[in-house]
Amino acid sequence: MLAHLPILQVIVPLLAAPFCLILRRALLVWLFALIVSGSAFLISITLLQQVLASGTISYDLGGWSPPWGIEYRIDKLSAYLLLIISAISTVVLLAARISIQKEIPADRHTLFYILYLLSLAGMLGIIATGDIFNVFVFLEISSLSAYSLIALGKDRRALWASYQYLIMGTIGATFILISIGLMYQMTGTLNMEDLSRRLPEVAQTRTLFAAFAFFIVGVCLKLAMFPLHLWLPNAYSYAPSIVTAFLAATATKVAIYLLIRFTFSVFGISFSFTALPLQTIFLLLGLLGIFVASTAAIYQENVKHLFAYSSIAQIGYMIVGYSIGTTTGLMATLLHLFNHALMKSALFLALGAVIYRIGSAQLSAFQGLGRQMPFTMAAIVVGGLSLIGVPLTVGFVSKWYLILATIENGWWPVAVLILLGSLLAIVYVWRIVETAYFKEPAASIGQVKEAPLAFLVPVWVLVAANIYFGIDTRLSIQVAQAASQSLFGVAP
Amino acid sequence: MILGLYNYWIVIVLMMIGFYIMIAHGNLIKKIIGLNIFQTSVFIFYITIGKVDGGTAPILADGITRYSNPLPHVLILTAIVVGIATTALALALAVRIKEVYGSVEESEIQEKDNQKC
Repeated sequence: MLAHLPILQVIVPLLAAPFCLILRRALLVWLFALIVSGSAFLISITLLQQVLASGTISYDLGGWSPPWGIEYRIDKLSAYLLLIISAISTVVLLAARISIQKEIPADRHTLFYILYLLSLAGMLGIIATGDIFNVFVFLEISSLSAYSLIALGKDRRALWASYQYLIMGTIGATFILISIGLMYQMTGTLNMEDLSRRLPEVAQTRTLFAAFAFFIVGVCLKLAMFPLHLWLPNAYSYAPSIVTAFLAATATKVAIYLLIRFTFSVFGISFSFTALPLQTIFLLLGLLGIFVASTAAIYQENVKHLFAYSSIAQIGYMIVGYSIGTTTGLMATLLHLFNHALMKSALFLALGAVIYRIGSAQLSAFQGLGRQMPFTMAAIVVGGLSLIGVPLTVGFVSKWYLILATIENGWWPVAVLILLGSLLAIVYVWRIVETAYFKEPAASIGQVKEAPLAFLVPVWVLVAANIYFGIDTRLSIQVAQAASQSLFGVAP
Repeated sequence: MILGLYNYWIVIVLMMIGFYIMIAHGNLIKKIIGLNIFQTSVFIFYITIGKVDGGTAPILADGITRYSNPLPHVLILTAIVVGIATTALALALAVRIKEVYGSVEESEIQEKDNQKC
């Protein structure tokens, strides 16, 4: 049983999804989805322990040995990502039942859980597999379900946002498919491990350069790197709150995982960082992303839009960490990946609670909410502080390492720019705090009650995690460091 | 050299046609058609790389020694299925958009959203 965990991680949510159709009753389906996601979480914990104790796990699907068969390969990086995704998914699902009552018509509740589980299965599959074509298939499973989840939004603009995301996302996925084809053409293999051995032999060919370029553009579309982020703000804003909380914390993270996995483990570091001026391009685009998106966030009137733009800015930080090209830089990226998942799921879930009570995410509707929904607003404040990077929150830890990495490299101006970017975050978080705490409630809204416990518990679990991992950084740093060192081939 | 690789040229031309339609056209259905052409070009690309000159289908039979590589063909079968699912979802979205906006033109949809704000 324990030997089969790598495949169970993916197959359990995948098979559970159609099973929901048999259950039909919304309450039952919710409990079932929660159990499935919870067991995925338990599996990922076990996998992480196994990997930390005894090294990389290789699992031959159907007993066919790689490179002929499909291999599932769990190393430190993938175990770490699996844990993040399944943990966030489980906590977010806790609040799903109550949140979708107001945002999704009752006859679509079962379908919502099916899509949710499929999306989860797709993302876990991308991370667990060691076969590049499998990556494409899982990428499409998770993306197609994500498009449909977004289209469930109440606002008609959700449909339009979903359509735009579909077009952009499919272009991205097809680019990745072309890249996979070119790599197969040159080497005759699809196994990542095998590819990393064979690609250096053909490193100087145009075909491989083309494959690399197609892959980078495709994956950057998926991870919404500035300036390929245009699909993201609307998709996040008009999707149901639960979907936003789930996707904001996981979908882009998986794309960043793909970027790291392909450039480090498939193409190889020496090729990836010399074939194109990748470091310069990513550094510039990452910094531009931080500033443009943070500035855009300041001018948003809709809080969901505001945090969506802030997500793009946070992706900018991850890209900057990646572009430094050192173990510390990559470690900062991995830490920020973990931390940003915690912050954004807490923030979007708390926003879901606000929308549940007042039915709107317009900034003007937040007037006086600080007194009427004290616990929810306090959660948003802590999440906001974490976004800024205040000490004792997770945001501080990752920014600390990011700045450390830039200084190690002697990139002083970059360190200064990162700090300036954080100042912009203060401005947009302050706008919310000011409206919620220092303005009188609008007369038209009347009395607003605190959010129900079903919301507060998951929100505060995530907020507590934001603070806990900001103080006790042993787990996140240990794993991120080990993963980053093994990617660079440094013995831990 | 150039003529001998004509199937790759077809792939590139189709890919660019599909890509251009997706960018240049405002009609949602035309965009989906562009997407399909774009994906089809990738299908042809995969089929091309699996073909061996003078090779036949990989079936064990007397007198046949050269086989084409069946793996890319199998791979692309999966990608075709994915493509169909994507097209179906995109068309379903287009139907819903037509229902609520009364139009499938990008400019008109954008205009209606702007009015509402």
